[in-house]
Amino acid sequence: MYDKTVRRRRAVLALLVVSSLILLTAYFGESAGGGLHSVQRGVLEVVSPIQEGASRALKPFRDFFGWAGDTIHAKGKVKDLTKQRNVLYRQLVAERGATQENARLQNLLGLDGNNGIAAMKPITARVIGSSPTLWYATVVIDKGTSSGVRAGMPVIASDQDNGGLIGKVTNATGDAAQVTLITDHTISVSARVIADRTDDKPPRNLNASPTGIVQTEVGRPNDLVLGYTTRNDDIRPGDSIVSSGICSARLTGVYPPDLPIGTVTSVQDAGTDDQKVNVRPMVNMRRIQFVQVLSRRVNANRPTGCQR
Amino acid sequence: MPALNPGLALRLLVLGLVTVLVQVSAVSQITIAGTNADLTPLVVGSVGLLCGSVVGATFGFFAGLFVDMALLQTLGLSSLVYIVCGYGAGRLRELRDPQAGATPLVVGALSTAIATIGFSIMNFLLGVDAPVSFLLLRQIIVTILLNTLIALPLYALVRRWLLPALPDDPRRRRRRAYTTGGLSPLSRA
Repeated sequence: MYDKTVRRRRAVLALLVVSSLILLTAYFGESAGGGLHSVQRGVLEVVSPIQEGASRALKPFRDFFGWAGDTIHAKGKVKDLTKQRNVLYRQLVAERGATQENARLQNLLGLDGNNGIAAMKPITARVIGSSPTLWYATVVIDKGTSSGVRAGMPVIASDQDNGGLIGKVTNATGDAAQVTLITDHTISVSARVIADRTDDKPPRNLNASPTGIVQTEVGRPNDLVLGYTTRNDDIRPGDSIVSSGICSARLTGVYPPDLPIGTVTSVQDAGTDDQKVNVRPMVNMRRIQFVQVLSRRVNANRPTGCQR
Repeated sequence: MPALNPGLALRLLVLGLVTVLVQVSAVSQITIAGTNADLTPLVVGSVGLLCGSVVGATFGFFAGLFVDMALLQTLGLSSLVYIVCGYGAGRLRELRDPQAGATPLVVGALSTAIATIGFSIMNFLLGVDAPVSFLLLRQIIVTILLNTLIALPLYALVRRWLLPALPDDPRRRRRRAYTTGGLSPLSRA
């Protein structure tokens, strides 16, 4: 009797482990349109309305914990924010002159100054699920192909303080879609640096606007890295990083230009070809409740061959 | 080892669905000290502790499968990790039958440690290029601490939900007999 129980227990364990390994192997072996992927999308299709309901029902709890966390953080942030406000005010004065000059130049060149977010037909969606692990930076939203959301579309969002690019749609079903965030290790974004105009000591070319590729490292969701810069790129903490709109074979997608991505926090090995620019994302990825999917491509500076 | 009767199976199914939905829709979005609690390994560990290794491992497998389905993650990865959590907790019950009140706390902490570290190892084995950074270790430790804090109330909830479907276990039968008189050695004296 005892032997039978032991044998049964071991058989069940072996069966479960083997099933998991078969699933893993099969999932890795097949393409994105394969059977298991289709089943997964089908399950998401069924589960997403329930997830949406649960997300709405549990919103008060999330808000309560968010409020408690914010209150604790707010006390520590007052001094920093006052300092930051003073710096920004000085920056604003400098920017006003640049904005006026920019408007004049735009008129002069006949550029479409209204090429903003509204022109990209943003589809607003609610976040109904997110990955609990450090290994997948993904969220699930409540809009899918029936609302015009397609895989590859860029996604923007804002938290309480800032807004900017957060990722792209990687999977879409009828009423839900998966958004892979820029803090996921599979995502890379072509970006350029906008110099902090208040930081000009020692002097540097504020209009140089160096470019690079923004990626992240697994397990470091709050720290993006701008790579592929050169030793001549003078990048300093406080500089802003925005999408460049450029695409290349090295990148996993193409994003409209000038969407804010983050702020430079530090530069390691500055002035060398291996310089590593650490970037804090503009948006707190764990606090996103609503996102906007940019469903229409409006960007003349993206070449027609860049369709990925 | 409790047999998997239809009532228990139904309650486990509901428990698994609710756990994953609450985790994905709410708990994952509540950040504390840069990370969030993870209910799934706690619930799998609790089920193992209450129902034994076979039911614990099976529940872990299906809970993992549902997590991977709901989040479009690599199928089989979470299942493999949660099988270990459920089976380990179940074997602890079968071999030691721990009586201490802090047992769910320890099992919760161990289940979370197995889940987070196991998940990291599996991802390394699958070729995800990741540095073993201080931040990664810190987040694993914080997740374990958070889960340890909520392990006891969560175990109480799981126990309350499953108890009506669990076969009468000898320990409870003994305790009930004492409190209703008759067999108590004190009443005989």
